[in-house]
Amino acid sequence: MVLLRTPTIALVGNPNTGKTTLFNLLAGMRQRVGNYPGVTVETKKGKLHHNERSFDLVDLPGTYSLAPRSPDEMVAVDLILGHQQGEARPDVVLAIVDASNLERNLYLTTQVLEVGVPVVIALNMVDVAEGQGIKVDAEKLSKQLEVPVVPIQANKGKGSAALKNALAAAIDNPTTPKGPTFPAVFEAEVQSLGAALGKDVEPFLIRRLLLDVGGYAEQRLTDQHTDLQGKIQASRQRLAAGNCAVPAIEARTRYAWIRQATAGCVQRPQVRAATWTDSLDRVLTHKLWGTLLFLALMFIVFQAIFTWALPLMDTIDQGREWLAELVKDAMGPGPVRDLLVNGIIKGVGSVVIFLPQILILFGFIAVLEDCGYMARAAFLMDKLMARCGLSGKSFIPMLSSVACAVPGIMATRVIENRRDRLATILVAPLMSCSARLPIYILLIGAFLTEGHAWYVPGLVMFCMYLIGLVVAPLVALVLKRTLLRGETPIFVMEMPLYKLPSARTVVRRVVDSAWAFVYRAGTIILASMIVVWALLYFPNTNGAGERYDELIEKTEKSVEKQKEELEPVVDSLNKKKKEVQEINKELKSGGVGSLFGLLGPSDGEKQELEKKRELLRTDIKRVEEENESVQKPVKDAEDRVNELNFEWRSRSILGQIGHWIEPAVKPLGWDWRIGMAAVASFPAREVVVGTLGIIYNLGEVSSKDIRDSDDPGRTELAGQLKEAKWDNDPNRAVFGVPVALSVMVFFALCCQCASTLAVIKRETNSWRWPIFTFVYMTVLAYVGALVVYQVGSMF
Amino acid sequence: MATLDELRVGQQASIQGIQGTAPLVQRLMEMGLLEGDTVEVIGFAPLGDPMEIRLRDYRLSLRRREAACVTITVVSG
Repeated sequence: MVLLRTPTIALVGNPNTGKTTLFNLLAGMRQRVGNYPGVTVETKKGKLHHNERSFDLVDLPGTYSLAPRSPDEMVAVDLILGHQQGEARPDVVLAIVDASNLERNLYLTTQVLEVGVPVVIALNMVDVAEGQGIKVDAEKLSKQLEVPVVPIQANKGKGSAALKNALAAAIDNPTTPKGPTFPAVFEAEVQSLGAALGKDVEPFLIRRLLLDVGGYAEQRLTDQHTDLQGKIQASRQRLAAGNCAVPAIEARTRYAWIRQATAGCVQRPQVRAATWTDSLDRVLTHKLWGTLLFLALMFIVFQAIFTWALPLMDTIDQGREWLAELVKDAMGPGPVRDLLVNGIIKGVGSVVIFLPQILILFGFIAVLEDCGYMARAAFLMDKLMARCGLSGKSFIPMLSSVACAVPGIMATRVIENRRDRLATILVAPLMSCSARLPIYILLIGAFLTEGHAWYVPGLVMFCMYLIGLVVAPLVALVLKRTLLRGETPIFVMEMPLYKLPSARTVVRRVVDSAWAFVYRAGTIILASMIVVWALLYFPNTNGAGERYDELIEKTEKSVEKQKEELEPVVDSLNKKKKEVQEINKELKSGGVGSLFGLLGPSDGEKQELEKKRELLRTDIKRVEEENESVQKPVKDAEDRVNELNFEWRSRSILGQIGHWIEPAVKPLGWDWRIGMAAVASFPAREVVVGTLGIIYNLGEVSSKDIRDSDDPGRTELAGQLKEAKWDNDPNRAVFGVPVALSVMVFFALCCQCASTLAVIKRETNSWRWPIFTFVYMTVLAYVGALVVYQVGSMF
Repeated sequence: MATLDELRVGQQASIQGIQGTAPLVQRLMEMGLLEGDTVEVIGFAPLGDPMEIRLRDYRLSLRRREAACVTITVVSG
């Protein structure tokens, strides 16, 4: 048979069978991701080349069974049946099975056999099986299953040529496999239901309809056929009466058939050989050692994303600043330059800045997953996470979110259950991430250090972290009982064999996740940065119609010029100061005439030195005065720049919003400035420090300056915050302990982070969840700040 | 009748049946827990839950709540 279009091969298999490794082996490095509306799962696609022919290869999500209970699980079924819009029906299904665990792996294969599409079985990990003394006779198996079986070792690239040949042959001469025969009573029910539903519904789906009680096929088809529910119930009752009760009939029939079809094909040792995994697991899941090793490992992962990424992030930040300066110097002031510098370069920078953390976390996750430890981690932590309605698989994403929610949310992909995954995604941003640190450090330094007991700063910082650790599980619990309510997901998890991670798989995974972030989330982050930029930029003229950026540029230029003129004065001043220091040194330690420095300078020398020093001192005084008088206009001009910046931002749309929302933030103890800073920090929490800098006439203050400062309580910004007064009451200070705490609590709970929202959009494939997250966290933050301020003000 | 969650580490048992909601029965049976099959308890997580068992040629972990739905008769250990 000659196909005019490119034939499609669908790859299916259980998790932990080397499916991804095989896909990478067959599809090469050029792959793309397919995603579908309404679901969070993705498929990978690539091209398989063989003997000058090419095939489309689709990698379906790994699964143990094609019994869909959710839209996500339905994707694999729809793809195999050719129901997924935009995707061709596969011409052949490649089923990968683990030779060391053949029976359970073949369960899924028996379901695939019923689709009516040719099937080729790749018998993977024959070496692992042999290591355990398990020998599979592929030829005999192929004969008994009536399907081509090709032994391969995907991790070593062995058997791929034979596999490609088998696939091409299956496409050229398609044969429909048979698979297990169900009891006649069951087949009769399938027939009669099929007659009722019409030809459009495949027998495969009718089987699912009968077998999956409350499953997705039932949900979907009963929506379309109103009288179907009663018919299904009647069918199931008849089956139960005929000793063929669903769902048990399916597993019984399939496993019985598998046992028959594999009879004589598998040689097992009399006594099961002890494996590597047995010995390793004795330590890694041990009550004490297993827990300690796990904690140590988590500490390393956490430390890595928290601290190793920092120097890289600072380098990216510096690169961004350097580029911004470059553009600033090359262009005249105007909206275009400002958009480039403060919108686009800043925006791109704030996307790229996440890459170090994403790369490091996904490096760890890919290694842990590929070597088989991930399942152990989930095993160890399951009980803890079960208390808040989640499973052990949520632990690593939650922990990672303490460094940064963006990689944390991306890490939720290891959670198969949709509701568990959603709950984890929705609460991950509550964990105290590192972007909250600058505002904590600034406010604790300014208001909770001096005049407080020694333990107060540490205690407050600890409590800020505790807020996330306490609130996140509570919210998860509430979500699982309300919005994400449903049957408790059944936690059955395979504990795969340990193996050496494959470099190829790890690199692939890390690159994929980084690319996915940049490509999909990056665009949203950039867009939000540009919107906030525009809100802060416009209107860009003052009451007299003069443009702020031009005024600032002019003043800045004059500052530079004056500074240049001042250089000789400053130089001579420094030189003279140095001379005095020299003389002082000589006077103290020893003069020219002293012997080996044991004796001080002689009286005559001393007098001479004193005289010289006096002369220099009067000189210095004169130059200093001169300097001060010349410096004054420079200082004034600098103040003018800061004032202009402030005036501009407070007149901007965002500034107006700040004024407008003042009544709403007043109960939190905030004036319009803090309100505006909070709104302006929508792209990223740490921006609040920079905005506060502008609002308090200091120019832009970077969060890194605050973080790196030895004494954040004494930075200029901290000083300004302490001095800040209400506009309508110049005697009343804005900040105090209650306000500082209310701001901190607000930032602990709010979701002022466009990147997080963009990643939620990407991972859930819907705008509903990022909007929900933003709203619930903002409400939580508002209420938290309100309570803290109102209670705090009572004391 | 005894259930799977009551076994001690190292004990082997033969599965008698699974009682529970249809999705639970389906899921456990898909994973290969069938009447007449032998399972062995490998261990429990440090916090006492979930548990790890060996069946067919692999290892599976499941929560005690779910294991309690599997009735068994002890074979050895």
